[in-house]
Amino acid sequence: MGIKSYLTRKLVSPEFEAHMSKVNKPVGTLGYDPWGYNTETSKIVMSLFQHVYNTYFRVQATGLENIPAEGPVLIIGNHSGQLPIDGMLVAYSIASRQEKPRMPRAMIERFFPTVPLLGNFLNQLGAVLGDPVNCSKMLKNGEAVIVFPEGIRGSGKLYKDRYQLQRFGNGFLHLAMQNNATIIPVGIVGCEETIPAIANIKPLAKMLGVPYVPVALPVIFPAKVHLNFGKPMTYPNDNATEDEVTGRVEEVKTVIRELIDKGLQERKGIF
Amino acid sequence: MDKTKPTIMITGAAGALAQQVIQRLRENANIVAVDFREQVYLGDEIPSYCIDFNKRGFEDLFRKYNFTGVIHLGRIMSSQETRMRRYNANVLGAQKLFEFCHKYEVKQVLVLSTYHVYGAMPYNPALIDEQAPLKAAELTMDLIDSVELENLSTIYLWKYPDLNITILRACNIVGPEVRNTISKILGSEYAPTLLGFSPIMQFIHIDDMADAIVLAFQTIKPGIYNVAPDDWVSYQDALLRSGCKRVQIPSIPPVLPKMIIKTFNLKKFPTYLVNYFKYPVVIDGRLFNKTYNFRPQKSLSDIFNYYKERKLMQGKGEY
Repeated sequence: MGIKSYLTRKLVSPEFEAHMSKVNKPVGTLGYDPWGYNTETSKIVMSLFQHVYNTYFRVQATGLENIPAEGPVLIIGNHSGQLPIDGMLVAYSIASRQEKPRMPRAMIERFFPTVPLLGNFLNQLGAVLGDPVNCSKMLKNGEAVIVFPEGIRGSGKLYKDRYQLQRFGNGFLHLAMQNNATIIPVGIVGCEETIPAIANIKPLAKMLGVPYVPVALPVIFPAKVHLNFGKPMTYPNDNATEDEVTGRVEEVKTVIRELIDKGLQERKGIF
Repeated sequence: MDKTKPTIMITGAAGALAQQVIQRLRENANIVAVDFREQVYLGDEIPSYCIDFNKRGFEDLFRKYNFTGVIHLGRIMSSQETRMRRYNANVLGAQKLFEFCHKYEVKQVLVLSTYHVYGAMPYNPALIDEQAPLKAAELTMDLIDSVELENLSTIYLWKYPDLNITILRACNIVGPEVRNTISKILGSEYAPTLLGFSPIMQFIHIDDMADAIVLAFQTIKPGIYNVAPDDWVSYQDALLRSGCKRVQIPSIPPVLPKMIIKTFNLKKFPTYLVNYFKYPVVIDGRLFNKTYNFRPQKSLSDIFNYYKERKLMQGKGEY
């Protein structure tokens, strides 16, 4: 409480404070929501993160206007970069848009809640345990949720496999259909180059109980990031068979592939 | 006793919550107060008994008073008594209670349960609804009686629909005179926490919980309901707002906090509840709120200010 108020005064500018007040995010009387999101923590970290977004990664985002101002939305993107930097950049781009900003939620791996400090910290920023029940409840509450259907297959892939989409799970499409959620595809270019990994030490990962241990330099490179948001996609809740759902997932995947290609063509160099 | 009024048995009568419920119902009902632990004086017009539900004398109460309803608040909490005694009272005693209710044609039974039955686990989603499985028994033997009481109540809910059983799974009940674990922690100057963990919690003021019980009892809509306000706060924030000084206990490896608690005999921070101070168990109270048009009157700030002010008054020697 005291520390947060102090940091808010020191780090959050009046302009940023005014912008964050425009974000339509339902919270309780003390600024928390049921998943642990906290308005004050989020404001402080977002304020600091704007420099990372604008200066370090020099993010260029297009198509942000495609994201509906309200109602359930699933933002589906390609995952990469060993750490969830891509999710943070996507979230920040939507929270910082000038017209009707939203505070999207990112689904995180199941081991995070068991990690002291980090688990609660991510929750306070809006990240939520990647559980279908959580996702469904949030969509029913009209939230915007970021999902990477590749999961760790995407974030943990090696540099030689960059921009090659891994297998998508079907879960996100079922959730979209069940909750009448709009799907917004996003192609993320640049994060593959932030932490390039040449190998994965599987035995060590198994021993530590983490999804992967990359062989990479202990540095996050300032690659320029392009975020291209696509047009809204909707699917009826029509009791479709699993094969039909897989076909719909492929449609979303194809659009994301096109958006990635667009980003790769747009960029003039990695940095 | 006024024969024109309904007669209601209220168990757990020595507890602060039961006494609030009695205050709300005594105008329009004949109350019979029962407690497993002690006999309490609640005025000349309220018969009060200290009785073991497993003893033969318990049935005599049903013979003597023609109960129209039973409000069963007398669950022995996990922090009290031995495991075996709790099981006998909470499970076998409750079974006796249900059987007598059926035999003597009681028209309505309300059972107070707890959100603990869902179990605190790292993979819990938030806004757990009433259909979720009860996983607490997986965590510790000390919560088995709470889960069993729930299961038993559910069995009787379907077996004897004429009993109109309503089960309320309440979040943390706090406020004046409440003697459960969380209330004792909020009321203490030094409060234990697990380093790096601050789960989201829900709190309901004892006044609001008493209102919720009376509301559920007066409107017969049998079923299972979570009772929690649409408001949330992290545990450590709750402590700070209640004026507690936090004592951080190392949290990893998981065996370490349990060892420390046992070594220092921290009774107000029992080992079997450790996971509830580590992982959130956020329940969805919307079904109850909608069904009964219920809205708690006391905010989280009201609750925490009570504990903070009480500490300040104690410091000045005024309490």
